[in-house]
Amino acid sequence: MASLVLENLRKNFGAVAVLHGIDLAMASGEMLVIVGASGCGKSTLLRLVAGLEVPTGGRILLDGSDVAPLDPAERDIAMVFQNYALYPHMSVFDNMAYGLRIRGVAKDAIRTRVDSAAEMLGLTPLLMRKPRQLSGGQRQRVAMGRAIVRQPKLFLFDEPLSNLDAKLRVQMRAEIRRLQRRMAVTSLYVTHDQVEAMTLGDRLLVLHQGRPVQLATPMEVFENPANTYVAGFIGAPSMNLFPAALSHGGTAAVFSPGQVIAFTDGRRPGADGRKLILGIRPEHVAIDPAGMELQIDLIEPLGSETVVIGRLPDGELFSVKLPGAAPAGESMAVSIPAAHLHVFDAETGLRLDPAG
Amino acid sequence: MNGRTDWFAHLVLCLGALLFLLPIWLVISGSTLDPAAIARGELSLVPRLSGLGVYASVLTQGSPGAGPVWRMLMVSAGMALAIAFGKIIISVLSAYAVAFFRFPFRMTAFWIIFITLMLPVEVRIIPTYTVMSNLGLINTFPGLTVPLIASATATLLFRQTFLAVPDELFEAARMDGAGPWRFLRDILLPVSAANIAALFVILFVYGWNQYLWPLLVATDPKLDTIVIGIVKMIGTETQTEWNRVMATAVLALLPPVMVVMLMQHWFVKGLTEGDK
Repeated sequence: MASLVLENLRKNFGAVAVLHGIDLAMASGEMLVIVGASGCGKSTLLRLVAGLEVPTGGRILLDGSDVAPLDPAERDIAMVFQNYALYPHMSVFDNMAYGLRIRGVAKDAIRTRVDSAAEMLGLTPLLMRKPRQLSGGQRQRVAMGRAIVRQPKLFLFDEPLSNLDAKLRVQMRAEIRRLQRRMAVTSLYVTHDQVEAMTLGDRLLVLHQGRPVQLATPMEVFENPANTYVAGFIGAPSMNLFPAALSHGGTAAVFSPGQVIAFTDGRRPGADGRKLILGIRPEHVAIDPAGMELQIDLIEPLGSETVVIGRLPDGELFSVKLPGAAPAGESMAVSIPAAHLHVFDAETGLRLDPAG
Repeated sequence: MNGRTDWFAHLVLCLGALLFLLPIWLVISGSTLDPAAIARGELSLVPRLSGLGVYASVLTQGSPGAGPVWRMLMVSAGMALAIAFGKIIISVLSAYAVAFFRFPFRMTAFWIIFITLMLPVEVRIIPTYTVMSNLGLINTFPGLTVPLIASATATLLFRQTFLAVPDELFEAARMDGAGPWRFLRDILLPVSAANIAALFVILFVYGWNQYLWPLLVATDPKLDTIVIGIVKMIGTETQTEWNRVMATAVLALLPPVMVVMLMQHWFVKGLTEGDK
């Protein structure tokens, strides 16, 4: 249990800046998910906290003291790696006990701690096996066990589920969350999977090209994305984004010749004609016989719901998520409910909230 | 059709095996024959069981021109083991440094090691002799082994092996609190055990078969290796007791064969257990 604070944490690889100054404050016991596309610097951020990389600038405060000059071993942080990084020649027990042995923990204390961690993870019958005799999910559990027995101040997870098959991933995801809540250890979790990010995190930090874009609870990120990048990244299928312009004195937007949507939540700042990006989530699009015509390109039935991908009259790609089965025919009529509309500035990509 | 090719392949295999076995069998059977008979060219393929005593005799008493074989076997074994272990220790350490640490002139160091690959023992034998002579190591056991220990090949092989070890393993060990020595001892060496075993076999045989360097550096009969000993036993045609030479050759063959057979077990075990 510890608090973690990052202050203007920066990292350059040669002339390339990978992280442009991250500020972050985590409460004790919080689970924060760092999410972003590959190459956004999220793994680098984790490795800086772990001590596997040396920061170019900034401070890392663990429980109020700067750990940046410390070796990884001295930071009291445990990490779960993407490929598990289990010691192939050691048994499951030895894999978990190794860190404790190095720290000089007494033999019977090691036994108790490993046994209780194994119990918690359902690994007791496997303690004498070697990693190669385990399935992917079991290896994943051993990697978590190795982190748990250390009773560290901080857990770091580096895409721990990406090597598992889809079903196991869902199962392990729930297990990680349960475990983290139960042990109440402050945790940083890196993933590119937005479902993992939404379900696991108390808060999300969305990174884009080495800059923090939004730091908020999952629902806040989903409902009020800070910019078009976050809007497109979080949510599946991704949000429909299309160009528009401000009109009617800031109370409405016009898009693709003639379509007008009046804002229900108030007027946006700026002169008429200000370039906007409008966003609407596929699940919020309404079927409306009086609406626009959507030429259907592709239908993806997901069982309980159906995703329809088509083109608007102006050729813009547009997706719709419908409860139930797909509509018959080659086109359908849809409308955009103003209540679910997201408005962004076209130049900066930033969210544009009602003025006043 | 398939059965016939199998049968044919088997025949070729047997012929090949026989071809390799024949000279060895000739030496084994020749070692038991009467020296005069061999000198007359009557080399029989059937061993004379009563002649087996020659082995005990060469082992303990030696032959004209050379000491007892047990002593030469000890020298050879000592030399081969020192070379094999020395080479492995030095190359593991240098490969570890080159593969896992960042330091100035790392690649320069690596390339200097690499370049020495192009200079075999024979080429650098005169300067090496001078160095050993200046150090006063002529006719000593260190003089016999130390110059042969430095090895670019083994360093190169270990570097490749170490590079194939995932970085995460090193990082996980660092998070667990293992320093560089502990990582080497607890993780890297066990993980590379199969490679070390394979290399040990090759290096042992290399050390065992050394001829030119021992010939130059050790003139003291006490430091005669078995390979040198065999050559010394061959005097003029009429005086050479060929059965004793052949018996010594058979004895010289045994330790490398034993090492190969023993290590093969470990080698295969290492291969099947290895999981990187």
